[in-house]
Amino acid sequence: MSGETPDLGGRVGAEPRIETDPHGDVTVDRVALAEEFAGEAAGAGHAASADVAAYALGLGDDALVLAQRLGDWITRAPELEEDVALGNIALDLLGHARSLLHYAGTHDGRSEDDLAYFRDEPEFRNAWLFEQPNGDFAHTIARQLVASTYLVELYRRVEASTDATLAAIAAKASKEVDYHRDHAIQWTLRLAGGTDESRRRMLRAVEQTWPYVDELFRDDEVVARLVDEGIAPRPSSLREPFDAVIDQVFAEADLARPEGRTAFVVDGRGREGKHTEHLGPLLAEMQVLARAHPGASW
Amino acid sequence: MSTPGETGTEAWPLWEVFVRANRGLSHVHVGSLHAPDADMAVRNARDLYTRRNEGVSIWVVPADAVTTSDPDAKGAFFESPAGKNYRHAVYYTKSEGVKHL
Repeated sequence: MSGETPDLGGRVGAEPRIETDPHGDVTVDRVALAEEFAGEAAGAGHAASADVAAYALGLGDDALVLAQRLGDWITRAPELEEDVALGNIALDLLGHARSLLHYAGTHDGRSEDDLAYFRDEPEFRNAWLFEQPNGDFAHTIARQLVASTYLVELYRRVEASTDATLAAIAAKASKEVDYHRDHAIQWTLRLAGGTDESRRRMLRAVEQTWPYVDELFRDDEVVARLVDEGIAPRPSSLREPFDAVIDQVFAEADLARPEGRTAFVVDGRGREGKHTEHLGPLLAEMQVLARAHPGASW
Repeated sequence: MSTPGETGTEAWPLWEVFVRANRGLSHVHVGSLHAPDADMAVRNARDLYTRRNEGVSIWVVPADAVTTSDPDAKGAFFESPAGKNYRHAVYYTKSEGVKHL
């Protein structure tokens, strides 16, 4: 992520392209944002309004922070195959983050790198769910189940946004989060229906993840204005379809949503820039290199 | 012959993966992977072997369901055709007057 045409390291010790490459036409020297991601869908130089920029920033931070969390599983997942699966999901999310942050930055001329690497913790707008630690594999799966089920419902609705750039970003992201949700559901079923130990861990993970669900569906003033303009769906309106999917998965996995007296809910204020103690260390690790060597490419 | 995954040193069984690149082509063996069951094997195969648009269809087969020829019997199995060039169509001369050959 360094500017318009970031250098992701394709030249390091690699031939630019081998004609007999079985994977066909692949180059990694230059990875640029696809046109619809670069905010061009609504015409060249289209800049986001303050409200749209704030909205895109929140969604972009959700994706960026979750991508960073998931990346931590690489070399640590239960099996090599799962390293790749979680790594793929993380990279999809990083793609969404780049598109959304790039678009948010068009409002005040900041680049996606400025937003990712040179904002401090109180300037991040992600919901608390996304910054929660990976925990054990069951925790990560519970967080993925909530996050991807929410994102599927969200992007499906944003696809119909009157903002052409947001609609284009959502259209691409929809297919990807659909696969993320499938991955999370498959693992939820297997952990809940696996051994006594895997079930115990899945139950604990669901219980400890659920307090962070409510924040995702809370309406606020900025979004309320965007709802009126047909740009964004009302967050609270996503709750019913979210619950319907979760109930279906939980019925099959013989799990239950924590309810009643045990249903503790955190007062998440991520969209206001207030965060749990977990975000700071995550950002420190993510930002240290870019801050030590501003403008570096590798 | 033991199959990786059967020995208990690996948690998940091994699966052989076949990918079809395009409509009209056949599935081609591309490699193997570990997965707890068939459904997850298909998903892992999607993540491992179709990252760069390689395929439109995936088959997975439990590695221990594959019966192989015995590598020690290579002679008996594969050397017999040597010298039997009459098994190739080009060995024969085209008969006069036969069309569409």
